[in-house]
Amino acid sequence: MKNDLRPARLSPRDILRVGAVGLRARRARVVLSALGIAIGIATMVAVVGLSESSRADLMARLDRLGTNLLTAEAGKDAMGQEIKLPRNAVAMVERIGPVQHATASADIDARIRRSDVVPEERTAGVTAQAVRADLLSALGGEVDRGTWLTPAGERLPTTVLGAVAAQRLGVTRTGETIMMNDTRVAVVGILQPLELVPNLDRVAMVGFPAAERYFGFDGHPTTVFERSTDASVADVRAILARTISPGDEMGIKVSRPSDALAAKAATDEGLTTLMLGLGAVALLVGGVGVANTMVISVLERRQEIGLRRSLGATRGAIRLQFLTESLLLSALGGATGALLGAATTYGFASFQGWTAVVPPWSLAGGLAATLLIGVVAGLYPAIRASRLHPTVALNAT
Amino acid sequence: MTTAPVIELRDAGKSYPGGVHALRSVSLTVEEGELLAVVGPSGSGKSTMLNIMGTLDKPTTGTVRVAGYDVSELSDSRLSALRARHIGFVFQHFHLAAGRDAVDNVADGLLYAGVPPKERRARAREALARVRLDHRGSHTPNELSGGEKQRVAIARALVGKPRLLLADEPTGALDTASGGIVMELLHELNASGTTVCVITHDNEIADSLPRRVRFRDGEIVSDIRSGALLDPRTQKAGS
Repeated sequence: MKNDLRPARLSPRDILRVGAVGLRARRARVVLSALGIAIGIATMVAVVGLSESSRADLMARLDRLGTNLLTAEAGKDAMGQEIKLPRNAVAMVERIGPVQHATASADIDARIRRSDVVPEERTAGVTAQAVRADLLSALGGEVDRGTWLTPAGERLPTTVLGAVAAQRLGVTRTGETIMMNDTRVAVVGILQPLELVPNLDRVAMVGFPAAERYFGFDGHPTTVFERSTDASVADVRAILARTISPGDEMGIKVSRPSDALAAKAATDEGLTTLMLGLGAVALLVGGVGVANTMVISVLERRQEIGLRRSLGATRGAIRLQFLTESLLLSALGGATGALLGAATTYGFASFQGWTAVVPPWSLAGGLAATLLIGVVAGLYPAIRASRLHPTVALNAT
Repeated sequence: MTTAPVIELRDAGKSYPGGVHALRSVSLTVEEGELLAVVGPSGSGKSTMLNIMGTLDKPTTGTVRVAGYDVSELSDSRLSALRARHIGFVFQHFHLAAGRDAVDNVADGLLYAGVPPKERRARAREALARVRLDHRGSHTPNELSGGEKQRVAIARALVGKPRLLLADEPTGALDTASGGIVMELLHELNASGTTVCVITHDNEIADSLPRRVRFRDGEIVSDIRSGALLDPRTQKAGS
């Protein structure tokens, strides 16, 4: 007679099959409780994916726009007086060794109206600036309609509108005219939004010569833009103000427009953390749902548990069965959620014109969270199931 | 090798807290190849007997040996292995898994005995053939009649070739004709060597079996072998 009564171990395949028995029998319930997990995982994967996609897009934009642009803006001196940059500021900046390109713009005193029947006091929220003809290429801007200021055009009463300015004035086609003070000015071009210097979007730009001729502009620039080699941005930054206007350097604000874009990436991080927290809460609620489903499942299937015990299932086998069921349930939710999250990321990213990025670590993290939830949610019901006395379980109604 | 009795109860008793004695000092020996009825009215302790003989429950006093093993000495997992290899159960209400076909239900009888899936299904089909249901293998329980369900349950109990088959009111939920077929199958099974113990309250069924152990109030009141259908000392029946 055999004396070793060692219980047989179930193969992994059998464990999965037995664990799936309860799921197949109650599909609606399975779908609903997996949905809780799916929503949580989908939220987290989508939040991570979208923030990564938006960051990647921002980085790509920064790459394209370059981070080597510096601006020097006239401010106020120690006495509170507006300072003026010298007329030859651009030429001075160009003499700095690593500087590749320098240009300038200047505020001019010209009220802008859509037409001469609009009363002067009703301004359109658009300001006027004189700009050098090489500004657009220095900023990496694009013309949306029409043309940029030509060497001839910068002497004539013609203007190029920023994207927002055109919208505010209701100008949709080139060739229309607007009023600057009492001069009728033809719109020759409308720009696409300038990502590096968005405040130029609200500006009607005229050439330096035209500004001098028609709007009493004195030729002093307000802002100097320069691009240098990437490696020397810090060095140039250190001496830029002093170069432009020795003695007034305290009144000149030097900034790097790409910093604002980079800062945007950082501020998005706070929102991402918040959304991740919300996703985690959804996941937790989903886990409670799974635990609830498992407790009910054990209660309903006491006869099955009793039968399995009579067929020779050990306590461990019963425990493993319900733990597997719980794991499968949450894994089902997790996989669905990961798919949903990735799909959301791709959908939203393509809608935004971004390249979708779904970091593998977010999927792996989601999966790990799912498995953890499956174990935690299933442990208590599984232990309860395994502790059921076989005869009690068999006679349960 | 001489075989120990399949079941050996010595002064086995089962009492519950509060002084309820479901079983009082019962001694019973069942030899290999026997076909017996444990019969008595409800509340007589026969269900407790089934649980104890089937190792689903342990007695509070006395010793129980099943297939030679002292039940009180075995851990839960070894008891489970004993059930998986040596004991088959047939219940009044079948306990079949809804939504799974007859072959799957029968194959589950081998799940915990460490038999690989392919072999489980092959042996399940053989077992279904033995209960003459080979044509119903792909039907789910709700496509089967009560009698057919019980035959599937019997196939599940016998698929592991147990030494002992315990049937708890196997005809209790069936009409007379289906019940007849089920009893016929149990006889056949016994004839091929399996020890069969039928727990019933039905005297008519009990009287159709060669040995009848009558219970009342947790005690054996009579233990009668009729005829010489089977000598307990010859190991195999049908010889």
